[in-house]
Amino acid sequence: MTPTSRTLARGPVWPLFVAVAFAAVALTALVLIENQKLLGAALAITAAVCFCAARFGGVAATEVAASENPWLLRGLLTLASLAVIFVLRDDNFGLLMLATVLIYATICLGLTVQMGYAGLTNFAAAAFAGTGGYTAAMLGQQGGLPDALVLVCGGLVAVFIGSLLILPVLRTRGHYGALTTMAFGVMFNVFLDANDFFGGPQGLKLPGINLFGWDFTNDIHIFGLVLSSYVNYVILTGILTALAMIFVGLLDRSWVGVWFDVVRLDETAASVFGLKIAYWKVLAFTLGNFLAGLMGAVYAKMTGFIAPANFTFGDSLVMVSIVILGGIGNRWGVLPAALIVVLLPEKLQFIQEYRLIFYAVLVIAILTMRPDGLVARRVRKLHTEASA
Amino acid sequence: MGMIGQHLLNGLMQGTIYGLVAMGFTIFFGVMNVIKFSHGDVLTLGAFGGLVAVWAANALGLSVPLQFIVALCVAMALTAVVGAGISHFLIMPLRNAPPLNMLLMTMMVGTAIREAIRLFFPNGTNPQRFPELLPAGGFNIGPSFFRTDAIILIIAGAASIGAVYWIINHSKFGLAMRAVAEDTETARVMGINFGRIIPLTFALGSITAGFAGMIYALYYSEINYSMGLLLAVIGFTAAIVGGLGNIWGAIIGGYLFAGLQTFVVAAMPSMSDYKNVFAFVLIIVLITWRPTGLLAERGSERV
Repeated sequence: MTPTSRTLARGPVWPLFVAVAFAAVALTALVLIENQKLLGAALAITAAVCFCAARFGGVAATEVAASENPWLLRGLLTLASLAVIFVLRDDNFGLLMLATVLIYATICLGLTVQMGYAGLTNFAAAAFAGTGGYTAAMLGQQGGLPDALVLVCGGLVAVFIGSLLILPVLRTRGHYGALTTMAFGVMFNVFLDANDFFGGPQGLKLPGINLFGWDFTNDIHIFGLVLSSYVNYVILTGILTALAMIFVGLLDRSWVGVWFDVVRLDETAASVFGLKIAYWKVLAFTLGNFLAGLMGAVYAKMTGFIAPANFTFGDSLVMVSIVILGGIGNRWGVLPAALIVVLLPEKLQFIQEYRLIFYAVLVIAILTMRPDGLVARRVRKLHTEASA
Repeated sequence: MGMIGQHLLNGLMQGTIYGLVAMGFTIFFGVMNVIKFSHGDVLTLGAFGGLVAVWAANALGLSVPLQFIVALCVAMALTAVVGAGISHFLIMPLRNAPPLNMLLMTMMVGTAIREAIRLFFPNGTNPQRFPELLPAGGFNIGPSFFRTDAIILIIAGAASIGAVYWIINHSKFGLAMRAVAEDTETARVMGINFGRIIPLTFALGSITAGFAGMIYALYYSEINYSMGLLLAVIGFTAAIVGGLGNIWGAIIGGYLFAGLQTFVVAAMPSMSDYKNVFAFVLIIVLITWRPTGLLAERGSERV
């Protein structure tokens, strides 16, 4: 989070290359390897390398290099993503999982703004995503609207539904605040289960995305290569995740981020300094819900099917777990956390059935042993340049 | 008109269960300032423990009243031990963590219990039939039919609420508990064994869950692994609406929620699938109107 500092000596750049390359290779390996023993070994090696990197300053060096060369980081990440997509080009299941991870990560970025920055509890993230998904499904049945608008509408309807909750969210705090979103999340599910208009428990079907003539259901033919149609979704979700990441990062680095922090840490102090608490809370809540609704719409379009069972209170809990697991308020932590929570149970067949208990034990372990999450949020340094 | 008695009884029954669950939430919050969301799943665990006890007692050839007593004792003992264990091993180490972490932790403990029942109980995914241990039959007052077992259960539930109230307000243990709730440091200076009071408090709160679980099982004659989740959300809602930390508030909240549900079912039978939707909407409206519950917590913010 440190702004580029001209007075400090520049660190070496190579850790950044190594880190991105390692992440790409590890990700590809985890998606590709089917053999359970090999997969276990790959996981162990990844964990060991991460642990050693954290222990011997590799992570710190990477962070310095990344904050000093933001454009190099973005370029490298783009290249690495393209490389991963290229390697996985005909692995439908792997690509679908990657896109799902990206969707979860983006929804959790929205949650990070709400919970990590502004300090609002939201136990209904899955319900807001579901709102977006159902909006896409209903608009798809009507037809006529271009898909780009349909996706945005998903986000906007989630914002609208969320705005009905704004008053209770603003008036309540702490546990009382947790209740309002929780009640909404449970209510959303009960309502959809009982309602025939929205397809009831069986849900609705919806067609794939077609953005400005770019049809997502077709395979991509490029340079004589055939890429699976799911590459489309990985690219779209990747772009959306990247945009959300950049946007949330800018938000965090700007004064708005500081104001969010003040509102979260001490409302009394914030109001003494003339901050309109309600305004910033509404902004954070709205932004988070928009991301959830938008990505929910993408998810529904991608899987071609939407049902209440995909957006239960349990799913909201999984999303909150991702945020806590990654380190609340740290936008980079969301990516590995989403990867662990979404990908691991899909890959490790023996925990498929036990996935919820696996999440539960994992989160309990993290909360007891590493309460700040995998990648703890750094304390903001506002005066590096002034004091140096 | 015959339905009114039926609805009334049903609402009272549900209100008793919700009130018992909410009372647990409010006890934990009062003493430790935590929301123990695994409470509902501890309830499920109690009901399943009772079921196993009935099976065992049946295999041993005990008479039905004895089976009932064994099941009740096992359910309450099991929940007491599990509740105390959760407080000692999971909640105490985290007591200085942010409230959100604690809430998430207990939710995950609940998920672990729920999933463990689903996966490891024989045929745990499907609902289990709970044997009828209370006298069947009933009687008519005017056009309304009243089930005997329901009357017994409501009385037992009300009695247990009274018993917990007595323990908290009139026993030495209750005095120690309230002292810890009021001011932990001072209570310890006064020689109250903090390390013992906390697990005991959690045991007490969890026993009420075990009791509620048995009431649920005996009334509906069917239990399933996920019944605790909705009960926890409703119990938490009831505790919040009443005002956290306030025993009477929790009980009022429980009956209020049951009343709302029953009203929807009675007034709009075609909408009975939506009874929880209506109840939750009303609760959200209520909490917006009174952000710290009906019987609000006292105290102002000091700068």
